Amino acid sequence: MAVPVDLRRVIERAKRRDVIFVVLGLAALAFALCTFVALFANMVSVGWSRLNPDFFTSFASRRAENAGILAAWVGSLSVMIVTGLVAVPLGIASGIYLEEYAPRNRMTALIEINISNLAGVPSIVYGLLALGMFVHYFQLGASVLTAGLTLALLILPVVIVATREAIRAVPGAIREAAYALGATRWQTVKDHVLQYSMPGILTGVIIGLSRAIGETAPIVTIGAVSFIAFLPPPPVSTTFPFLSFEWLWSPFTAMPIQIFGWTSRPEEAFQANASAAALVLVLMTLAMNAVAIWLRYRLRRNLNW
Amino acid sequence: MELAPSKPTSGIANVGRLSRRRSRQIRERAIELLLMSATLVAVATTLGIVFILLKESLVFFRSVSIVDFLTDTQWTPLFSDPHFGIGVLLSGTLTSSAIALALAVPLGTVLALYLSEFASARVRETAKPILELLAGIPTIVFGYFALFFVTPMLRTLIPGLPGFNLLSAGLVMGVMIVPYISSIAEDAMRAVPMSLREGAYAMGATRLQTALTVVVPAAFSGLAAAYILAISRAVGETMIVAVAAGNQPNLTFNPTEQAATITAYIVQVAKGDLPHGSVGYQTIFAAGLTLFILTFVFNLLGYWLRKRFREVY
Repeated sequence: MAVPVDLRRVIERAKRRDVIFVVLGLAALAFALCTFVALFANMVSVGWSRLNPDFFTSFASRRAENAGILAAWVGSLSVMIVTGLVAVPLGIASGIYLEEYAPRNRMTALIEINISNLAGVPSIVYGLLALGMFVHYFQLGASVLTAGLTLALLILPVVIVATREAIRAVPGAIREAAYALGATRWQTVKDHVLQYSMPGILTGVIIGLSRAIGETAPIVTIGAVSFIAFLPPPPVSTTFPFLSFEWLWSPFTAMPIQIFGWTSRPEEAFQANASAAALVLVLMTLAMNAVAIWLRYRLRRNLNW
Repeated sequence: MELAPSKPTSGIANVGRLSRRRSRQIRERAIELLLMSATLVAVATTLGIVFILLKESLVFFRSVSIVDFLTDTQWTPLFSDPHFGIGVLLSGTLTSSAIALALAVPLGTVLALYLSEFASARVRETAKPILELLAGIPTIVFGYFALFFVTPMLRTLIPGLPGFNLLSAGLVMGVMIVPYISSIAEDAMRAVPMSLREGAYAMGATRLQTALTVVVPAAFSGLAAAYILAISRAVGETMIVAVAAGNQPNLTFNPTEQAATITAYIVQVAKGDLPHGSVGYQTIFAAGLTLFILTFVFNLLGYWLRKRFREVY
């Protein structure tokens, strides 16, 4: 049996360790924050002077002070349109199937493992898939379409998982009420389950797209180049048939590719371009993420089943 | 709308109702099939990856023996005297991943413990979105950060450090992985039921004692999943190493040297114009297959562990 004085010392020591750990935790948090701040401060201090309107409306150039990101942001936008149009319907449909329709059997379990594994496959492997499949087998070339499809496959697991989680959060009573009124399964899903889970699904879609817009490795692998001095042909025209899909087959460059190209240049002047473009890209992804996080927090607050 | 069931209905109306039910069933079935085929895209993607990687690698392994591939100590596929020792690229991948994990595992674990067991709700609700934002930064931007910020900083600390090195790339990769570890680990710790903690507190344990002796063991499989998924992430990370670690294949475990990883090699080769069917073209698929197998093993292990911690409580 310990003497009271010793016991007090033991307690004090244990409590001191608590305090030490809190300090450690705060230090870890501060480290993460400092990195974040340093990253920003560096990009702003190096790249700020390049961020003028001309930077957004100029093509890449051999002279750093004339170079801009016009082709890059238009390319990124075009690729994102294809990615969104492919990944969103496919991802939501798969999520609905797995949550509402799929029988609980070995086959479904296998599909689930498969999707979780796909989410962990390195993005560059998707690039190799696209190089072998889309570029060489289907002969789509290093086009907007190839990049869009590749990134769509890449973010498909993100959209599926978000859809499933959002659907799972809808209580069974909602479904039972719909069935009790004679609704079919699809009517229940379309008119009730999807309505309630839409904000959650939207969050996942935005996070997926924000990941896609920053992905570099897969589109470098399919052969996108950083020096492109023209834009994809416009999708609408004044002459018949007014709509054109030629932009899908156009060569392109994208924001991350442009940054990668500029970081690989030895001249210091290009470093300023790289950091200005990186700043634009980060602000784009952060804005998308912020919207997603805001949606989710608002959702959590408002929903009380 | 049918009002009284006893009222005799005409045969025509009956047929109409029956066929409406029939068409409704057909539509339901068609929708189910449509949804199912969407799910199959994900399966087809995996099969496509495996098929493409195997197909191109088999061509490669027809001219290079697997033994050479695994044991050769040089990786010079485009030289006139080509060597194909994947170990050279693996050493770069392992070294940069080890540095990243050496930073990310302690930092991520401490953060998760702090956020889950110590922080007030307000600190937690502020810190988590910020960490999520950090996780959302494109890796090419981290690569830029490693090359133009961390490397110059390290060079003032370590004289003679080359402009491209594994240390800087690995450290930045570690920072990138921290939010990933902390979020999975925190989820696992928060899933530990309160009653276990209350039991420990009732015995007079402090917060730290409770955290280390009750929460961590109870959340162990979740923590392990976080670490394993982090390994898979580090091994597959591409742009940071491609930008900051240099592209020189180099059999080394010395973090202050430059070296190419598997991923950086693929990017470097694919960046140039690559004739379909050339040796260079085939090597990136062989390298990709190696990468895929590595991450596949870790992903499966992580999936299994994660599922376990979810099922226990």
